[in-house]
Amino acid sequence: MKTNDWVYFITYGATLTLLAPVLGYWMAKVLNGQPGFLGRILSPLEKSIYRLTGIQPDKEMHWRTYLLSLLAFNGLGFLFVFLLQITQRHLPLNPQHLPNVPGWLAFNTAVSFTTNTNWQAYSGETTLSYLVQMAGLEVQNFLSAATGIAVMLALARSLIRHSSEVIGNFWADVTRTTLYVLLPMSLLLSLVLVQQGAVQSFRPNAVARTIDGSEQVIPLGPVASQVAIKQLGTNGGGYFGTNSAHPFENPTPLTNFLEMLAIMLLPAALIFTFGKMIGNKKHAWMIYGVMMLMLLAGITAAYWADWRMEMQLPGIAMEGREYRFDRASSVLWSVLTTAVSNGSVNAMHGSMAPVTGLVQLFNMMIGEVIFGGVGCGMYGMMLYILLTVFIAGLMVGRTPEYLGKRIDRYTIVWASIGLLLPSAVILEGTALSCLSPAALASHLNHGPRGFSEILYAWTSSSANNGSAMAGINAATNFYAIGLGMAMLLGRFGVIVPVLAIAGHLAQGKSIPPSAGTLPTDSLTFSLVLTAVIMIVGGLTFFPALSLGPLIEHLLLATGRLF
Amino acid sequence: MSSNHPKEKTFDRKLLARAGWESLKKLSPRSQLKNPVMLVVFLGAIYATISSIAVHSGYQAQVAGWLWFTVIFANFAEALAEGRGKAQADFLRSMRRTGKARLIKDGKEESVTPADLRAGDTVVCEAGDIIPADGEVIEGIASVDESAITGESAPVIRESGGDRSAVTGGTRVLSDRVLVRVVSEPGRSFIDKMITLVEGSNRRQTPNEQALNALIIGLTILFILVVSTIPSTLGYAASEGGRPAGFCLDLTTLIALLVCLIPTTIGGLLSAIGISGMDRLVRKNVLATSGRAVEAAGDINVLLLDKTGTITFGNRMATDFIPARGVTANDLASAAQLASLADETPEGRSIVVLAKERYNLRERNLSGPHARYAPFTAKTRMSGIDLTEEGTIRSIRKGAADAILEMIRSQGGSFPEEVTKTVEMISRQGGTPLVVADNRRVLGVIQLRDVVKGGIRERFAQMRRMGIKTVMITGDNPLTAAAIAAEAGVDDFMANATPEDKLKRIRQEQAQGRLVAMTGDGTNDAPALAQADVGVAMNSGTQAAREAGNMVDLDSNPTKLIEIVETGKQLLMTRGALTTFSIANDVSKYFAIIPAIFGGLYAVSGRPGPLSVLNIMRLHSPQSSVLSAVIFNALIIIMLIPLALRGVTYRPLGAAAVLRRNLLIFGLGGLITPFIGIKIIDLLINWLRII
Repeated sequence: MKTNDWVYFITYGATLTLLAPVLGYWMAKVLNGQPGFLGRILSPLEKSIYRLTGIQPDKEMHWRTYLLSLLAFNGLGFLFVFLLQITQRHLPLNPQHLPNVPGWLAFNTAVSFTTNTNWQAYSGETTLSYLVQMAGLEVQNFLSAATGIAVMLALARSLIRHSSEVIGNFWADVTRTTLYVLLPMSLLLSLVLVQQGAVQSFRPNAVARTIDGSEQVIPLGPVASQVAIKQLGTNGGGYFGTNSAHPFENPTPLTNFLEMLAIMLLPAALIFTFGKMIGNKKHAWMIYGVMMLMLLAGITAAYWADWRMEMQLPGIAMEGREYRFDRASSVLWSVLTTAVSNGSVNAMHGSMAPVTGLVQLFNMMIGEVIFGGVGCGMYGMMLYILLTVFIAGLMVGRTPEYLGKRIDRYTIVWASIGLLLPSAVILEGTALSCLSPAALASHLNHGPRGFSEILYAWTSSSANNGSAMAGINAATNFYAIGLGMAMLLGRFGVIVPVLAIAGHLAQGKSIPPSAGTLPTDSLTFSLVLTAVIMIVGGLTFFPALSLGPLIEHLLLATGRLF
Repeated sequence: MSSNHPKEKTFDRKLLARAGWESLKKLSPRSQLKNPVMLVVFLGAIYATISSIAVHSGYQAQVAGWLWFTVIFANFAEALAEGRGKAQADFLRSMRRTGKARLIKDGKEESVTPADLRAGDTVVCEAGDIIPADGEVIEGIASVDESAITGESAPVIRESGGDRSAVTGGTRVLSDRVLVRVVSEPGRSFIDKMITLVEGSNRRQTPNEQALNALIIGLTILFILVVSTIPSTLGYAASEGGRPAGFCLDLTTLIALLVCLIPTTIGGLLSAIGISGMDRLVRKNVLATSGRAVEAAGDINVLLLDKTGTITFGNRMATDFIPARGVTANDLASAAQLASLADETPEGRSIVVLAKERYNLRERNLSGPHARYAPFTAKTRMSGIDLTEEGTIRSIRKGAADAILEMIRSQGGSFPEEVTKTVEMISRQGGTPLVVADNRRVLGVIQLRDVVKGGIRERFAQMRRMGIKTVMITGDNPLTAAAIAAEAGVDDFMANATPEDKLKRIRQEQAQGRLVAMTGDGTNDAPALAQADVGVAMNSGTQAAREAGNMVDLDSNPTKLIEIVETGKQLLMTRGALTTFSIANDVSKYFAIIPAIFGGLYAVSGRPGPLSVLNIMRLHSPQSSVLSAVIFNALIIIMLIPLALRGVTYRPLGAAAVLRRNLLIFGLGGLITPFIGIKIIDLLINWLRII
């Protein structure tokens, strides 16, 4: 293990910890209608959007209305992306004259981008036109991210209100998030990327003549702009099939570092946005601490395993890696991208050590709560917090309460559903893939590695991550539709419970804390929370993980490869 | 206090035998349906039994047997708690046993059974009669023996009007005759409600119990999902990676894994915890109308306490003599004693006693023509004695400062300034000053104080650590109230408080989201008792107060509220602790069963497969591992029954400290204990060659 690598990890963590609170507190203001300096430029635009659409931003919604607006918004987004794909041949901005996308693949892709998953059963440069990439996918990159943040904002509001029927205006939340946070930050990042050499072009693919006289097609496109939001909005869907291992998406070590920062920045900052909104910054630091602790544990384990594999099998572990990036940054990226519901990669996850894969899987299995997707990470973590507060709260001899809100049967039922559903999808999907002949036909690898790949596909979809361990031909009816359903359940199976809980919490009274109240910002609580996440996740997936990465790891020691 | 309650012993032999029989009766599908977690075990046991018979497998038969034990042990816990509750219920019922009721209808008396009485009926009770139902005295006065309920043998007075008008069904009139208006419908009296609660049969789940049940069911569903996917994923692995010949995962083993994982410990003990919580409360001589009220007691943020009787003994006592300039303390004490000789009030007695103790002044018997007592009247507001000594009348008076001042002024005397200062100082410190005058000469001041009960300060400090704010309610003036509040260590006080103020204060606290508890006995307390989240009425109080509150303390002891709070907290803590324990247990079970069923995968040339490294307990064989885990899972229920019935020990510490303590015991303990337990069972199984 190299000292340089550790310096790299620490530099990364320190930069993030420095930036996240600043950005987070700023967002808390901006997203609650105090846009500050940006407002001077963008406020007229915001107002005209409301005027055009007839939205009354101050008219707040009941949680059911909020949810229905969200579902309608995402439903329309899905439909639009779906229709664009199946008609792209007849639409402009298709210089390669790519054919229409088949229905099942279009379904999978449309679901994938509206649910912030960005699982890609296709290779962008050979399947989708510039129009689909920009007007379809990239727009959803923004809107799915804004949706996640909106849900978190609603949840945060519900915690500070009492006896209130409303939790905010969905349209205003989405508009403000997109306008004041996502667009300016993406613009900034894409400019840096272009400066560093990422591609941004509407021209058809370039054709180059190589030294030996053969012809090489170099795909172009509006890449930089899409890469910026793919990282910032925890989307992860690459413009190119090889994602951020491609030099046009990720040209230099600097962009590599910046993109990694972008992966984590908004999810981390949103913890502080949440903390500021609920008026409890200490609580936000507790949550940040728990997430950071689990992240560091994951990085350490993944890095150790990868380094050990290199010792045991020198050379073989570099297959599937981008040689421009070293081991540390590839491993770090893979842990970050799975911890956060991003899914972009700069090296193929299928090439990494079994335990590194186990870390990636576990990050996603627990529901993307180590920072997680923008907004989703925080509200997903909330489900674990509610569970922990309930159990620990009983143990101190009071009706459990979280930030002054009593946790009753209603909350526990919905929190259980929100935690159970994604896990059920992973487990049942994997089991089905082990039985169904249609699924077995698309598996390319065998043994524990083959099993891990199946598990990974379902986990990545259900957790709305989008990265893949490869080894599966996902462009089949079984997987395209099955994983599409998994993404839907994994996304809305959490959003619905969270909004239901938010509505319920907003209605409840607020109890002032006393010495008898379970403190939720203490070290003890953060350790209990970590333990609950690890134990619940571990108990749910221990059998599956032991059949995949664990066996593979143990067999690797004896020299058996799969 | 609870001398007349059934014995405290957890494991009475007769009780155990009855619970054993009951636990078998509870094997009926109908009672199993009530508890989803145990239903899973029940169904699993049925399958395992049939399967073991079908395939003639001794191993499966043993697993099946232990699954049945798991169900029976859980039933046993419930039956035992119910049995203990029943004993309490029988005792409560015995209070209700009454003779005939003498109903007054249209002016005529007729004899009916108590069950025929309706609210609003009037009955007559004379010496020797048992009062047939809860009611209110509307006419007359009587002494009543309430020992059946309170265990207190001294009779109490019950009279119409005032705060002593409530009578309880089952108590006996010792003297005189009263008319009682019945206030409760048959079967709806306080005792009836409590019987339902302790018996547990028709007990409704409290809000916290419902939430916990939802969590337990969620976990059960989760583990059903996990276990249901094992056959196909294992099948895939086996077909891919060389399964040793003859390796076959039977459904019984899977069921065993499932039963080990689902939270059977808390699922099996949940209702026992609830029932025994009620039982503990009855043992403390407190009756509650609902389990919800008991839980609410654990959540209390603010405690309103009446000063008199709760915080102080209720009567002021002389604590000091402060003489005026030029007067010796001895002279003052002597005069004060003389002025109090005929004063039979507790204050007066205490002056005489203090003078005797401190200055060795013996009580003088001054009866005769030369001594004339001046009793306290509302007009003069002083009392004392007139002594005729050698022709002159020596008139000694004690009284409130302003009364004495007026008297002295009217006689042309002067009131020394330092005495005024002393008076003010005593008032400021919460005492009551009484000025003593000999004719027109002021001798000094007697300091009377309300004496705070011993140990109460520590109690309030405990409450503070528990996060409970104590508020003292008193009719005293703010100065006095502040001083006593400081001495008793309460967090806040309300001086000059009227019943309306109390009600207002409760509403105020509740509006800020706090839960309020209070005790009360008078009719004017009723609105506040009803408004409070936990209202504990004194059994000696009026019927209105008892109806308004949601608990009645049979001992009429206001400090009992603290014990009620502790019982409520203990109830929740026990549930939380056992849930934590139950979940923490699961880790070890994976380490027992996963290597047992996955251990053979990818094995090479007869050596154990890679996953057998997970067998960190070094259990003997796959079958003994599974069986050991199941046996441990069943036995732990039995081992935890005493804890479920007695409750987790409550210590008045802050939430953070309580959490750390319980996490260490039940979290970490729950993680480690089963590793040891399963290993020991495995060793025993193999030593006895059971498998």
